[in-house]
Amino acid sequence: MFDWMMNLFYSLPTVMQILIGIQLIVIPLMLAVAYTTFAERKVIGYAHVRVGPNRVGPRGWLQPIADALKLLTKEVILPTNANRFLFLSAPVLTIAPALAAWAVVPFFEGGALADVNAGLLYLLALTSLGVYGIIIAGWASNSKYALLGSLRSAAQLVSYEIAMGFALVGVLMAAGTLNVGGIIEAQSGSMYHWFLLPLLPMFFVYFISGIAETNRAPFDVAEGESEIVAGFHVEYSGMAFAVFFLAEYANMILISALTAILFLGGWLSPFQGILPAAAFDLPVIGSLLDHGIHWFLFKTAIFLFAFLWFRATFPRYRYDQIMRLGWKVLIPVTIVWLFVEGVLVAFNVGPWFA
Amino acid sequence: MKAVRRFFKSFLFFELLLGLRLTGRYLLSRKFTVQYPDEKTPMSPRFRGLHALRRYPNGEERCIACKLCEAVCPALAITIDSEERADGTRRTTRYDIDLFKCIFCGFCEEACPVDSIVETHIFEYHFENRGEQIMTKDKLLAIGDRFEKEIAQARAVDAPYR
Repeated sequence: MFDWMMNLFYSLPTVMQILIGIQLIVIPLMLAVAYTTFAERKVIGYAHVRVGPNRVGPRGWLQPIADALKLLTKEVILPTNANRFLFLSAPVLTIAPALAAWAVVPFFEGGALADVNAGLLYLLALTSLGVYGIIIAGWASNSKYALLGSLRSAAQLVSYEIAMGFALVGVLMAAGTLNVGGIIEAQSGSMYHWFLLPLLPMFFVYFISGIAETNRAPFDVAEGESEIVAGFHVEYSGMAFAVFFLAEYANMILISALTAILFLGGWLSPFQGILPAAAFDLPVIGSLLDHGIHWFLFKTAIFLFAFLWFRATFPRYRYDQIMRLGWKVLIPVTIVWLFVEGVLVAFNVGPWFA
Repeated sequence: MKAVRRFFKSFLFFELLLGLRLTGRYLLSRKFTVQYPDEKTPMSPRFRGLHALRRYPNGEERCIACKLCEAVCPALAITIDSEERADGTRRTTRYDIDLFKCIFCGFCEEACPVDSIVETHIFEYHFENRGEQIMTKDKLLAIGDRFEKEIAQARAVDAPYR
């Protein structure tokens, strides 16, 4: 049955194969986004010692569907004097890079839509593009709050882009390849071969910059409900707002997935090289213990949970504190560690750089 | 030395980890939420909800139009008109409580010398049209008749403390 389907798939024209591949990524991603919003409300609710949404459907499982339906049926209000074209294209510009970046993410061995050689560069380029959507949204809204929010967001993204780029340079030095699948391959061997250990400071810098890049708490000055209402998307309503929302959560999942790929070995099993090889031959448990998409999803879920946990825990950084952290802490840390890593590579310190 | 310690404390996420531990503990603790329409919290006999006017067991209304409640009402929510009835007693012809003005302080109930105006445990009600927020004498008496048993019981429980 499976072989027959695979044969049918490969007999299709390439365009069709790619289109089907896109569907296979985007539809589960959209569902994941919907249920991340649900998980966020649940986790934050639990941290507040309440239970979160539990009225729609069994235990509240239909809540994201209800939210989506509500937003779909709402009116998209165009503010007076807003630039109509830019106002409506901003959400698209935000969500397009957030979705396009997933093209090079390998979900399992060889399971990326596009096996690009310069995959990491592509990711870096696309994740930085998202800021255009935010700036355009803020400018086109013709609102002070939106403009302030987008300016803050732009400054923050530009600052943290550097630290993030340096952290990725660390990964590149360790892996010796820009190909995302290749980076995962370079971490194979055992749990101790993952880049988490040799690049521990880079890991923290990357994840912190990732939180800042996605404008999530505690770096959410761009939204800052208490100061500038909702920041760059104050003027958006209905589906236009929902698209921003989707983009934010798709970016969150992307950053979590990338952290899992770059530092925790993506789809690599943590039991590789620890359990005897015979353990992987067991009928069902063996395939669970072995490499596979489930490990990738599990690792991604850990970081996604961290996003929500941080939001429930930390108060928002002041604007100057954000700039101080980005420029005076994270960037020096990455530079120092790049030097340390260079020394490690030069002297072939194992098991990572041997 | 202190500066060095502080540097390492913040650099190694010490405070952040303490914060995460705190929220993590609450994340796993038992939830306080009461699933309201399905579950309800216990209610004191002194609960101050919707008002009611009571009657004596023989059916005569208790209110003697002394207007103490009208005088004590801090929100000026009560309006009373009275006249002398054929049997020589003074009774109200109008007893209105504007629920939009009422702050449910319970002073009217305390002021009442004949335990006529009371606040019941009813708190789930709504208005659909303008003007429905004025509780007239008829409406108040109807509530009193309907919930007399529970009102009397709540008064009896609270009696030792009054």
